[in-house]
Amino acid sequence: MIQKLGKWIDDRLPVSHFWNAHLAKYYVPKNFNFWYYFGSILLAVFAIQIVTGIWLAMNYKPSAAEAFISVEYIMRDVNWGWLIRYMHSTGASFFFIAVYLHMFRGLMYGSYKKPRELIWIFGVLILLTLMAEAFMGYLLPWGQMSFWGAQVIISLFGSIPYIGPDLALWIRGDYVVSDVTLNRFFALHVIALPLVLLFLIGGHIMALHEVGSNNPDGVEIKTNKDEHGKPLDGIPFHPYYTVKDLFGLGVFLFLFAAVIFYWPDGGGKFLEAPNFIPADPLKTPEHIAPVWYFAPHYAILRAIPDKFLGVVAMGSAILILFFLPWLDRNAVKSIRYRSMAFKVLLFSFLVAFLGLGYLGTQPVTYWNTLFSRIFAFIYFGFFVALFLVSKFETTKPVPERVK
Amino acid sequence: MIRAIFTIIASMTLVVAAQASEGYAIPLKHVSVDLSDKAALYRGALTFQAQCATCHTAKYMRYGRVASDLHLSDDQAKALLPPKLKLGDEMVSFMPADYAVQVFGVEPPDLSLIARVRGSDWLYTYLTSFYADPTKRWGVNNAVFPDVNMPDVFAAEQGVQQPVYTDVKMPDGSTEKRLSGLKPPVIPGSMPPEEFNSMVRDLVAYMVYMSEPAKMQRMAYGPYVLGFILIFTILMFFLKKEYWRDIKKPQS
Repeated sequence: MIQKLGKWIDDRLPVSHFWNAHLAKYYVPKNFNFWYYFGSILLAVFAIQIVTGIWLAMNYKPSAAEAFISVEYIMRDVNWGWLIRYMHSTGASFFFIAVYLHMFRGLMYGSYKKPRELIWIFGVLILLTLMAEAFMGYLLPWGQMSFWGAQVIISLFGSIPYIGPDLALWIRGDYVVSDVTLNRFFALHVIALPLVLLFLIGGHIMALHEVGSNNPDGVEIKTNKDEHGKPLDGIPFHPYYTVKDLFGLGVFLFLFAAVIFYWPDGGGKFLEAPNFIPADPLKTPEHIAPVWYFAPHYAILRAIPDKFLGVVAMGSAILILFFLPWLDRNAVKSIRYRSMAFKVLLFSFLVAFLGLGYLGTQPVTYWNTLFSRIFAFIYFGFFVALFLVSKFETTKPVPERVK
Repeated sequence: MIRAIFTIIASMTLVVAAQASEGYAIPLKHVSVDLSDKAALYRGALTFQAQCATCHTAKYMRYGRVASDLHLSDDQAKALLPPKLKLGDEMVSFMPADYAVQVFGVEPPDLSLIARVRGSDWLYTYLTSFYADPTKRWGVNNAVFPDVNMPDVFAAEQGVQQPVYTDVKMPDGSTEKRLSGLKPPVIPGSMPPEEFNSMVRDLVAYMVYMSEPAKMQRMAYGPYVLGFILIFTILMFFLKKEYWRDIKKPQS
């Protein structure tokens, strides 16, 4: 009976085709390491954000008069509201932790290179959308940091010559961040951007499954196939990587739950102390710092003395990622077989990114600005140097098969 | 518009710079808060109702929530409850806001979340660091919140502490008196210092609880959730091992 029903559906909907194409007969390199857990973890975090977001929206009120109160109502009077809210707020930070690690994996193993340029481009689009999503979500609790953070970031658009002031006005829908802004950010945060994210993630995975995964050796497994046409170094995603990723997800959820239950404000990094004061348009907080995941970009912005050029630099810091597949002119993918010069470059880039992340949360001082400039120089220098070095670097021989 | 934005950014930067160079006149005192000590929290709640609730609201908190979280008896709960109010009501103050503005110059802030904004150490230090300053409206000032508009509500219990000033040389050559420490009161308060400190400690503990009542729940559920995930992860580890047995070790 069940089998018959299954066949009836399968004749009309490509269920088993989908199952085979993307799971049971989708071949994946067998040598994935730690860095390859984050793709599936990100899918899980996305699902957590969607589900907790739906439940939050059931009790949240997107109006300047009620937003702050309704969040406290969720935290205190709604059954399990605190858990759902902490899952969502911690989830935002963990989303970025996983995204940054996922991207660093791509940098290390050259996952952006031919034939995976489009996967990388989808990925950068996801990063951009995620940043907009997080930025708009951060306004919703309507605390002091929500309000003033949004005020500062939207005002950045105002520095664009000619159209800037009108653009900022158009984004806010008012002359200052207000009820109107909150309402439209709510709409964009709960429906528009999640939909965009969903489509982009779909595109990211479809593009990935078209060409197949890269791996820590950077060897194309599709070049070595057995007599049945199966990659010799590949194994079906299901069951091998479903069980492996479930283990990875378990470790991730353990850390996630540890933060939710014992450290939900993340030492003031995940939930900032001034955000427990309701938004007050007449009182600027003493120190406006962006949430940690925007800190590297904010540090680049502040490193440039001119405001508009700072905005340009901040935008370029992300947009330059789109060109990475063509900036890196070396055919060797994995860091394992690349030159010492590349390793030094990538390490400097990592240090610069982390350094900027720290400085972006700190007050402006002489030394902080100086170091922000040095790190910003290294950040952009990485791409320039990579373009030059990658053409001429001496690489080690890449093996035929994965190790 | 651009100028307005620039002013915002510039003033922010200035404030940020000023903040960076400005510490507190006295170091913050550390206080340890134990949310499992329900008796201490209840003592703190009584102090809060007697001293703070006269002027301050705690409008995100309900009396009944305190009663159920602290396992209070009906009589204990009633002791918290102002006349005419019910357990389901939000915690209000009896001072009308416009009157408060007349008296203090500002509306006393709501205290529901103050512990999450300031932290327990700051609250404890603040509440124990009022000192005599005849130039101020209430004759007192505070070492960690200079020129605060709040009177020293614990003056009777603690006595009024005396300031210690030191001369600080300014860049232009003049000297300025700066607060550098606090001396014990001339006329001792009604409570010995240990008793007074312990009362403030209980009050701060209660305010920490009040800023996030869910903390009690998450602390209680935490071990079970983590335990469940741990068992799940261990099972998945062995399941993965079992499945991967037939994958040949990569040849080198």
